[in-house]
Amino acid sequence: MLVLGIETSCDETAAAVLRDGRLIPASNVVASQADLHSEYGGVVPEIASRKHMETIIPVICRALRGAGVSLRDIEGIAVTRGPGLVGSLLVGLSVAKAIAFALDIPFVGVNHLEGHVASVFLGDSSPDFPFVALVVSGGHTNIYLANGFQDFRVLGQTKDDAAGEAFDKAAKLLNIGYPGGVVIDRLARGGKKDWIQFPRAMKESMDFSFSGLKTSLLKCIKKRGYPFHERDLPDVAASYQEAIVDVLVEKTLRAAQMFSIKKVVVCGGVAANGRLRERFREEADSRGIDVYIPPALFCTDNAAMVAVVGEDILKRGFRDTFDINAVSRWPLDTLRGYS
Amino acid sequence: MPGKSHPAGDGVSLLKVVSRHPDETFRIGRRIGEHLEGGDVVALIGELGTGKTCIAQGIARGIGVPDEYTITSPTFTLINEYRGRLVLYHFDLYRLNGIRDMEDMGYEEYFFGDGVTVIEWAEKIEDILPEGTLFIYLTYIDENEREIRIPERGQRAVALSNLLK
Repeated sequence: MLVLGIETSCDETAAAVLRDGRLIPASNVVASQADLHSEYGGVVPEIASRKHMETIIPVICRALRGAGVSLRDIEGIAVTRGPGLVGSLLVGLSVAKAIAFALDIPFVGVNHLEGHVASVFLGDSSPDFPFVALVVSGGHTNIYLANGFQDFRVLGQTKDDAAGEAFDKAAKLLNIGYPGGVVIDRLARGGKKDWIQFPRAMKESMDFSFSGLKTSLLKCIKKRGYPFHERDLPDVAASYQEAIVDVLVEKTLRAAQMFSIKKVVVCGGVAANGRLRERFREEADSRGIDVYIPPALFCTDNAAMVAVVGEDILKRGFRDTFDINAVSRWPLDTLRGYS
Repeated sequence: MPGKSHPAGDGVSLLKVVSRHPDETFRIGRRIGEHLEGGDVVALIGELGTGKTCIAQGIARGIGVPDEYTITSPTFTLINEYRGRLVLYHFDLYRLNGIRDMEDMGYEEYFFGDGVTVIEWAEKIEDILPEGTLFIYLTYIDENEREIRIPERGQRAVALSNLLK
């Protein structure tokens, strides 16, 4: 089966083609808007939806060319329906509906967070269900017990800011650029991880809180009364990053141990962070847990992960009707399980 | 990129309190939320880390959003929607560029609807805030303390600050 995946939930316009559950590598196209947004220090939603409109058709064409197939060969479409910015989601959803209608093929709306979890199936090695999954990005920081496709239980979630947001806002406070996670990751290499003792919040719980960490950095800056010297920035970045990485690793692995699960998946944009990947590998290994982290290319938003979920739904004989709408909030534990 | 900033707010203060802890900021928010009515717009103005999301979380509980719904920062999602006694639209304009972006989002449906709208970084869109908007300024004092101030501005400010005293 040939499935076309489409993703426009936030920053990226993306398309990809899957043949019988396997990504055709040359078809994985992601047009990032990060360059456009860097001058504003963040995602600018109005620009996002307008840019999606301009890029979606060329991106799909390039994906099809890369796959070496024509639009008429496509047998099903998977498109991100939520959660995300409704204006952005609508662009992908409308194009998906139009193609499905024109070709008379089925389409399904996919949950973006389930897509992130499914990105693990795009890597060289992937686990069987059940596993514990950490989805960590600019908008989300959730720990799930994943029993199967469409069958998730929330074990922990952020009570305020997402981890990616904590990175971005720190980069903003330090005035070191965007995207914050990438800049801090790079700066932190070679920095002293214990130069500043940042707080680790909610140690007893599986929920996260990153708001206090951001405030703690702010307090540091206010106390000094002047910005950090350039030579100190690697140490600040390394200390700050370590505080985020510490809690992500500790809570996720503890969740796995609590449910006697030996497999952990780490996914979402922040899973591309070098230090997070390193620490997860070390810590999981010492606790006898297997950790699966997709290649960085599949951690950030992409359409291949959406197609993986969509193909599973289509293969089970489900399809969506043309009246479905984009949804801004769509918790993963509200999906209907198949069992 | 940020819009005009008003760390101290403007005009006469109707209410000025010092919150000594995020829990206290939350409770002040909850009391405000309890008195809000359909159509109210609340503008939260303050720098990063002054407690905007915290007071918004309190407002949400005051409106009756059940505890099982976690009120998270909408920085990336832009708008989060919750249902309590009234519908609550929680905006975060941190990433927004200006008023034109708001127009493309169809903000009128939220501002002039039956729900309550709470807006973080509202100073970026000051010119399109409805007349009755309740302004709340949050200012950093030290590690834990924040000044929370309601200026004499907007039709709802007098009524609500009297109820809070």
